[in-house]
Amino acid sequence: MNHSISLTVNGARRDFVLDDPRVTLLDLLRERLHLTGTKKGCDRGQCGACTILVDGKRINSCLALAISHDGADILTIEGVARGDQLHPVQAAFIAHDGFQCGFCTPGQIMSAIGMMSEAQAGNDPERIRECMSGNLCRCGAYAGIVDAVLEAQGHMDESNQRRSA
Amino acid sequence: MKPFDYVRPATVAEAVAAAALPGAVFLAAGTNLLDLMKGGVSRPDRLVDVTHLDGLDQIERLADGSVRIGALVSNADLAHDADFARSYPAVAEALLSGASAQLRNAATVGGNLLQRTRCAYFYDTASRCNKREAGSGCDARDGENRSHAVLGWSESCIATHPSDFGVPLVALDAVVEIEGRGGRREIALDQLHRLPGDTPERDSALEPGDLIVAVRLPPAARGFAAHARYLKVRERTSYAFAVVSAAAALRIENGKIAEARLALGGVAAKPWRARGAEDVLRNVAPTADAFQEAAWRALADAKPSGDNAFKIELARRIVVRALLLAAAGTPARIPALPASPFAATSGAIHA
Repeated sequence: MNHSISLTVNGARRDFVLDDPRVTLLDLLRERLHLTGTKKGCDRGQCGACTILVDGKRINSCLALAISHDGADILTIEGVARGDQLHPVQAAFIAHDGFQCGFCTPGQIMSAIGMMSEAQAGNDPERIRECMSGNLCRCGAYAGIVDAVLEAQGHMDESNQRRSA
Repeated sequence: MKPFDYVRPATVAEAVAAAALPGAVFLAAGTNLLDLMKGGVSRPDRLVDVTHLDGLDQIERLADGSVRIGALVSNADLAHDADFARSYPAVAEALLSGASAQLRNAATVGGNLLQRTRCAYFYDTASRCNKREAGSGCDARDGENRSHAVLGWSESCIATHPSDFGVPLVALDAVVEIEGRGGRREIALDQLHRLPGDTPERDSALEPGDLIVAVRLPPAARGFAAHARYLKVRERTSYAFAVVSAAAALRIENGKIAEARLALGGVAAKPWRARGAEDVLRNVAPTADAFQEAAWRALADAKPSGDNAFKIELARRIVVRALLLAAAGTPARIPALPASPFAATSGAIHA
């Protein structure tokens, strides 16, 4: 039996016909839309490489059935830059060497963006480590990742202050 | 993953009817179910998706002072609800000590309570497991079992229930509202999960088609807000299941404990309410000696199920520590590392 679903992916509406309900959001993004920035690491919700934002919240796309998310608004790593202008979190990861091999990086960046909108960590490095614990980095670039998130958080705080001033 | 039929009911009644059929299971966020299905541990014929049902994602304050949490409220939304966290701080801390931020954003209240054990032999389909396949045997009994149960286990199953959330909930007398084929009913959370006995394949008291629609905390649960903590020992600081955890809540009046609540996690097939220990603490001063006695009472019936005798002593110490922290007062903010005995701001005293 075929199932029709529609999603908004990085701002554009996409309609799909699924001939099998087993497809995850991760596989839909990678195999149907060829948005391969979202990585398949463990595929079991343990590594965080597949992190995307669904309706503004970070989740593991490997443990989400696409069919269950009919109507959802999805943001992936491909949708965070504005043209050639990197998202502040992307720029901060480059500035602070927040990666080595780069495989976990899209998930790290999406997780950091989600974490900043959750406003639970602030600029406390211990809180950032705790709030980013769902993203593993086998290269061990954690120190750079924390620095990058701290800097991006600082930029966000500054621009929020400018807006409210 | 085995193929399955997917249905999306429009009403709770339709959902119950669809899930009552053999081989059917409910799908909420799927953070545990999909993992189990990918590993072939769970092989349902039909998924009944309840995530689009209306009215199950609210946190309601009822007129009598209780709170009613819809089964589809996410773990993160509940933990970050300021009023909820203020009223039930140990519950919020337990939620934030579980899983990762991504999983907490997706995972639901109902799904958390009904998640399956993380026993490695349950997950490994090449192993014998009475919970996965009734009557097949238990390879955990003589296997790697240092994390297994020390209370309430049987020769047929030594698995533990992995929920953090359920531990303070059971201490606070949470009630589970269930919609079933016979209509609406409710049971104490303490009665939801079953001890293994000879039938470990049945995790809970739920019947086919039964859907948890809400969890309620009674009015008295608010009375512990000033002295409530959740403490959790893990193999790593974050994103790990409890080796042992404890929820402690006290109502202190005129320097004495008017009422104590205590429950343990990671020690049994259910969140383990320690009523005997609560009795020890009634009408006594909140001292380390009293807490030591309570801890001994809490673990009086514990026995190792393998290489896990250490968990009994660890549980005693975590109980004492959780009670001391609760007596010292709920901190204004949840510590940077929620429920961690190593949190810098815990003010922990070695018992």
